[in-house]
Amino acid sequence: MTGFRLQQAALTVGGQTVLHDLDITIRPGERVALLGESGAGKTTLLRALREQQPNRIAWCPQQPGLVPVLPVFHNLYMGRLDQYATAYNLLNLIRPTPARRREVTELADRLGLGDQLWKPVEQLSGGQQSRVNLGRALYQQRPLFIGDEPVSAIDERQGADLLTLICEQHETVVLALHNIDQALAHCNRIIGIRAGRVAFDSPSDQLTSADIKPLYPSDAS
Amino acid sequence: MTTRLQLRDTGAMRRTTGLFILLALLCLPWADIAVHTLDPGRELGRLAQGLLWPQWPTTRTLAEAIASTLAFAFQGVALGAIAGFGLALLYRRRAVRWLAASLRAVHELFWALLFIQLFGLSTLAGVLAIAVPYAGIFAKVYGELFEETDPAPRQALPANASRLSSLMFTTLPQAWPNLAAYTRYRLECGIRSSAVLGFIGLPTLGYHLESLLRQGFYAEAAPFFYALLILIATQHRWCRGWMIPAMLLAALWWLPPVAPVNGALIWQFLTHDIVPAPLRSGMDALPWFMDLWQGQLWPGLINTLVLAMLSLVVMGLLGVMLFPTVSRLFGNRWTRGLSHGVLVILRSLPEYLLAFIALILLGPSMLPAIIALGLHNGAIIAHLIGQYSNTLVLRDDAARGLNRYFFEVLPRQFRLFLAFSLYRFETVIRETAILGMLGIPTLGFFIDSAFAEFRFDRAVMLLVASAVLNIAVDGCARIIRRRLHLQQQVQVC
Repeated sequence: MTGFRLQQAALTVGGQTVLHDLDITIRPGERVALLGESGAGKTTLLRALREQQPNRIAWCPQQPGLVPVLPVFHNLYMGRLDQYATAYNLLNLIRPTPARRREVTELADRLGLGDQLWKPVEQLSGGQQSRVNLGRALYQQRPLFIGDEPVSAIDERQGADLLTLICEQHETVVLALHNIDQALAHCNRIIGIRAGRVAFDSPSDQLTSADIKPLYPSDAS
Repeated sequence: MTTRLQLRDTGAMRRTTGLFILLALLCLPWADIAVHTLDPGRELGRLAQGLLWPQWPTTRTLAEAIASTLAFAFQGVALGAIAGFGLALLYRRRAVRWLAASLRAVHELFWALLFIQLFGLSTLAGVLAIAVPYAGIFAKVYGELFEETDPAPRQALPANASRLSSLMFTTLPQAWPNLAAYTRYRLECGIRSSAVLGFIGLPTLGYHLESLLRQGFYAEAAPFFYALLILIATQHRWCRGWMIPAMLLAALWWLPPVAPVNGALIWQFLTHDIVPAPLRSGMDALPWFMDLWQGQLWPGLINTLVLAMLSLVVMGLLGVMLFPTVSRLFGNRWTRGLSHGVLVILRSLPEYLLAFIALILLGPSMLPAIIALGLHNGAIIAHLIGQYSNTLVLRDDAARGLNRYFFEVLPRQFRLFLAFSLYRFETVIRETAILGMLGIPTLGFFIDSAFAEFRFDRAVMLLVASAVLNIAVDGCARIIRRRLHLQQQVQVC
């Protein structure tokens, strides 16, 4: 099974129930976007999904959690720490091997970070750091991808390109997004969350902006 | 991250680390690190046996030793704090900064050797031996704390407010919490110093430890050992609030800081005994100095530096290896608890005592000193980095075990590690010199022998040399810290 299933679930954070009565099944091959105001519980839902099969998921959290003093190369490489022997990892920490160097360089080029590969990530801009974060998830090469606003700090054109890459590389994709156009363009199913519940859950081609608007009451003007 | 950094240069950090390791390796051929005892394992077994089955002395002996240890510590630290406070008010003056630097550059044991010449083996000598170097340390720390206070309240005062009222109303209240915390922490160091003064004859816990351990009476020494450990490890629990003035009064009652003062003797010591011999007799000074240089100063300096470099690297290695054992990012509650206990013991015991024990086990070479300095300081570094690493927040999918250590944690903590290690450099040099008194031919060895031979002119010359070395090393460490932009403040003795 490469999907997810939450049945009659309630999700709590620090003792407080954030999401009620969840009934979500995500089948292999689906590309799902979560929409909702910030604080609606999207991150909590993504965390719960990740916990279902942590070893099959490429994980791209909103807080990058990069290691500031390590170069881009190592921060990308860290996506595969669990796939190689520790000794091999240490070798790559001290002196990267040609094979990994080739792979990571290729990925960095695709992310537009080719020139920055050996710079410590603390010297990069916020947008560049969030591309490194996304790159680490891509480098994991897992069948499922969960991303929490993976392209929100990246300019729109490159963001679209990277979303396409995410969808190409992974069988099943679940993304929290705040850009509605991106969600409609790249995902085939949209789940709207409002007031701690699923407000709607439908294929993206059956949705109109009128359906989505109520998700963002504070924008209403 | 716990520190904000202006410029980030990981290459320079790596080069500095490499340089230190290289220097230590170059020192290795000059270092005598042989084991000179026949069967250190058996001796260690006897020591362990003694610690497990202690033989209790009379309650009176133990209680008196504890009371004296505390009395010297409280009086010495109190006097040092008062004098240091006075100096701190003038800390902006270059002369005061130099005075403070030279006071703290000479170890309290060396000060004790000097004051014992002046006042005999008296309470006053012991109190001053702690108070004088501590005054230098307090002057620096208090002075820096005053400088760090917000100047705005001071500037808002009426223009003709007196300096004293400005201090009492603006500077002191701002600096007070840090100042009090640091002073309380220094009391812990004072207890350690006081215990070590026992090794040269003052009636503290160290006095009993020295004589019993030297004779191999481990079971008899064990209670004094445990008393010292408990005193220091629990100091932060009982030493607070009204206990501090109460203890100070009790200390003054128990050991009034008086001494038989013989004015003529003191005058002779200061104007005759410590004046270099050629100046007294009008001989040529150069041969006298060259003799001292070749026979004692040069070998003393080289041995001090060699031992300090090796100890520094051992300290660093132990610190880096041990900090994960107390960090919440690794292990479980039991492993952390166990490791925490071991580190508390190593941190609490003075290097001098650790070196003394190691010397009994391993015989006279640099090895016991390296082990003692490495263990004590390594435990401090491990404790500090371990604490700071608890503030790191790792990703949900962060690696575990060695991968976590080498990729996630060590790179993030390395700058901090380097900063702490460089701060310890001066302490290590100070302690290295003093370990000479145990027979390792560092500067302290020659200073101790000069005192023993009543050649006070030589002794003072060597003391000045060790002070200059300390100040130079401190200066070097400060330059490296500034180059690497390591601004982390840390105050540990």
